[in-house]
Amino acid sequence: MATSYYPGCTLKTKARNLEVAALESASVLGLELVELPRWNCCGAVYSLADDNLLNLLAPVRVLIRALEQGNDKLVTICSMCYNTLARANRMMREDLEKRHTINGFMDEEPDYAGEIQVVHYLDFLRDELGWAELRKRVTNPLQGLKVAPYYGCTLTRPYEISLDPRPEAPTIMSDFLEALGATPTDFPHSTTCCGSYQVLADPQSALASAENVLGSAISSSADILALSCPLCEYNLGLRQRDLPTDIPTIFFSQLLAMALGLGADLCHFELNQVNTRKLLRERDFPLP
Amino acid sequence: MANDTDSRDKVQDSPQLPKIPIFIMGKRYMVPEELTIMKAMEYAGYQFIRGCGCRMGVCGACGTVYRKPGDYKIRVGLACQTVVEPEMYLTQLPFYPANRASYDLAGAQGSAEEIHAAYPEVFRCVSCNACTKICPAEVSVMDYIAAIKRGDLELASELSFECIQCGLCVSRCMAELPQYHIAQMARRFVGAKLTPKAGHLREQVRNIAEGRYKDLMDQLESASKDSLIELYKARQWEPAKEGEDWTPDDHRGLLS
Amino acid sequence: MKKLTINDSTTSWQLADKIREISGENINTCMQCGTCSAVCPMFQQSGSPPRLVMALAQLGLEDQLADQRIYKVCASCLYCGVRCPRGIDVPRVMEALRQITLRQNIDMIHPAQIPEADMRELPTIALVAAFRKLTA
Repeated sequence: MATSYYPGCTLKTKARNLEVAALESASVLGLELVELPRWNCCGAVYSLADDNLLNLLAPVRVLIRALEQGNDKLVTICSMCYNTLARANRMMREDLEKRHTINGFMDEEPDYAGEIQVVHYLDFLRDELGWAELRKRVTNPLQGLKVAPYYGCTLTRPYEISLDPRPEAPTIMSDFLEALGATPTDFPHSTTCCGSYQVLADPQSALASAENVLGSAISSSADILALSCPLCEYNLGLRQRDLPTDIPTIFFSQLLAMALGLGADLCHFELNQVNTRKLLRERDFPLP
Repeated sequence: MANDTDSRDKVQDSPQLPKIPIFIMGKRYMVPEELTIMKAMEYAGYQFIRGCGCRMGVCGACGTVYRKPGDYKIRVGLACQTVVEPEMYLTQLPFYPANRASYDLAGAQGSAEEIHAAYPEVFRCVSCNACTKICPAEVSVMDYIAAIKRGDLELASELSFECIQCGLCVSRCMAELPQYHIAQMARRFVGAKLTPKAGHLREQVRNIAEGRYKDLMDQLESASKDSLIELYKARQWEPAKEGEDWTPDDHRGLLS
Repeated sequence: MKKLTINDSTTSWQLADKIREISGENINTCMQCGTCSAVCPMFQQSGSPPRLVMALAQLGLEDQLADQRIYKVCASCLYCGVRCPRGIDVPRVMEALRQITLRQNIDMIHPAQIPEADMRELPTIALVAAFRKLTA
C-alpha cells in the first residue's frame, strides 16, 4: 500500500541528495511513497509561545493535505519537517482549545484533529521492514566504514516525538548503520545542537557549537558523520570551510542507497563536501 | 476616451433606476442600483485619475475591498466589475507600496536562488492563506508562494498565470511579502530562461530577415484600397472544427 | 555585569507575568542550579547564561534582561528543557522573551541585509526558521 510522503522545501532544492537516494531506496525495498500532490512549507520550527497559533497554520495545513489523501501515515525525511509536523500533530490531537481555535481560523479548510500519524523515514524503515530484513537486502555492505550517527536536536527532542524510545541515548541510527554493514561509533555529542538557524544570526556561536559536535565525532575515530537534516549538513558539512575540523558528512539515505548497490549518480554526491567524495573514492565506492 | 464618455452617459442615464445606500470610505451615498462600484463612485461625485484603467476587469487597477452588513468577511472585487449592493462598506485599494526588486533579466540564469536573493522575505510566509482569500482573480496565491519557496518555478508560473497584478494580496500579507512581484519574476524566468525556445519561430524570423516575404509585402503595400478590401473579404477562415493538419489553400506564407 | 538593583523601579511584575503567560511556564520554580547553562550550546560563545535569564525573568528586571543575548542566540535545541530538574521548559521562556521583543516590531535580524551569496547558499529551512524566530 502506498504511503503519503512530505518532502519539504529544502529536499527540492539544496538537499536533493537526501531525497533522491531515500526515494529510490524505498522503491527498491518495496516501500511505496507518494508525494502529496499539494503542499506548503511546514514552517521549519515549532512555535514555543502559548499564545502564538499562527505559526501552526502551515504544518496543520500540510497534515490536512495528508488527510485528504486518505492515508493514515505521513512520511518525512527532513529532520526539521519531521519535528515541526509531528509536534503540530500532537498539539492538534491533545489540545482541544487550540485545535478549536485553529480549525475556526482556517475556515476554508476541513477540520483536523490529529488523525494522521507523522513518521520519519528511519521510523518507517524500522517498523515496516525491520533491521533484520534490511540487512538481508543489503548487497554492498559498508564494511570497514566507521560512521558517527548524528541525530541533532530534532529527531529526539522533545521526548514525546522522539524517533527512539530512548531519547537520552538513541540507537535507531546506529541500528540502521549496523544493518547496512557499517560500524557506528560511540559518539557522545550525537544529540548536541549543530547551531541550527543561528548560523544566519550569530554564525560565530553556531559554528562553535558545530565544531564541538565535529570534534566529538572525530574523537570517536569515525571516518564520516551520518545525518538526516539539511541544516545540520550545512553547518557541519559545507561550513567546515570556516572550521579547523575536516571530517566528511553524508546523509543517511545516501549510505542506504550505497549499501543497496544503487547507482552512485542518484546519490548526487556533487552536493556533498569535497572530502566526502574523496573518502568514498579512497574506499572504492563507485562514484559517477 | 470613448470609454470615459460612455460611462459618463450611463451614470447620467441611471437616475431612473431605484437608489440604494452604500458607504464609500465610511460616508453614506444613495446610488442607483445595478451600477458597478466604479460607476457608483462616479455618480457620487468621485473622479478617477488613478485606480482606474481598462474598465474591463483585466488591468487590475481598481482593486476594491468591501464588507456587507452583519458579516465579518472582508470581500474584494474590481470596482469596474462588481455591482453595488445595499449597505456595502467599501474603499478602493488600487495601490499598495509593495517591495519591487530590480534585476537584470537578460543576465539572469533563471534560478529560484536568484528570486530568493531578490525577495528574501518570501521565507517569512506562514501559510495563513489571507492572500488567496482576498484574490479577486481567484489565484491560489499561497500555493504559488509555497512553490517558489521550494524552487518549483514552473508550478508557480502556472498557478499565478491569471494574476492581474492588483496587489490586494500584499495589503493582507502579515509577512509583508510582495506576492505578485515575486510571481512575476518567476513567470519571467520561466518564459525567458526555462521554457525551450520554439524552433519554428526562430526559423520564421530568419525567413523574414532573409527577405522571403518581401515580394508579398511589397504587393500589399502598393495595392489600392479597393483591392485590399477585396482581399480582406476573400480571406480564408480556418474552419472551427479542423485537425492540426489543416493548412490554407495559399501556401506562400507557410514554413516549408 | 552591571550592578543589580532590585526595587520597585527596576522590577516589572507585568513583564514577569507576561513571560509566564506567553511561555506557559512557572518560572518561579527555578532554583538556579545552572543545569540549563551547563548544557546550552550557545552559552559559552555568547557569555549570556540561561540561568541568569531565569533569575532576571522571575523578578521582571527589564533593563537587565534587555542586556542578555542568550534568548536572541538560542537555537531552540531544547536541551535545557529536557534537562531541567524542576521540569521548566526553559526554551519556552526564551521564546517568550523573543516574542515580547518581536511584538514591539523589533527585528533581531534583517532579511534584506543578508548577503546575496548567503541567500543563494543557505538551505531553505535555515531561512524559514531564522525568519520565524527572529523577525517581527
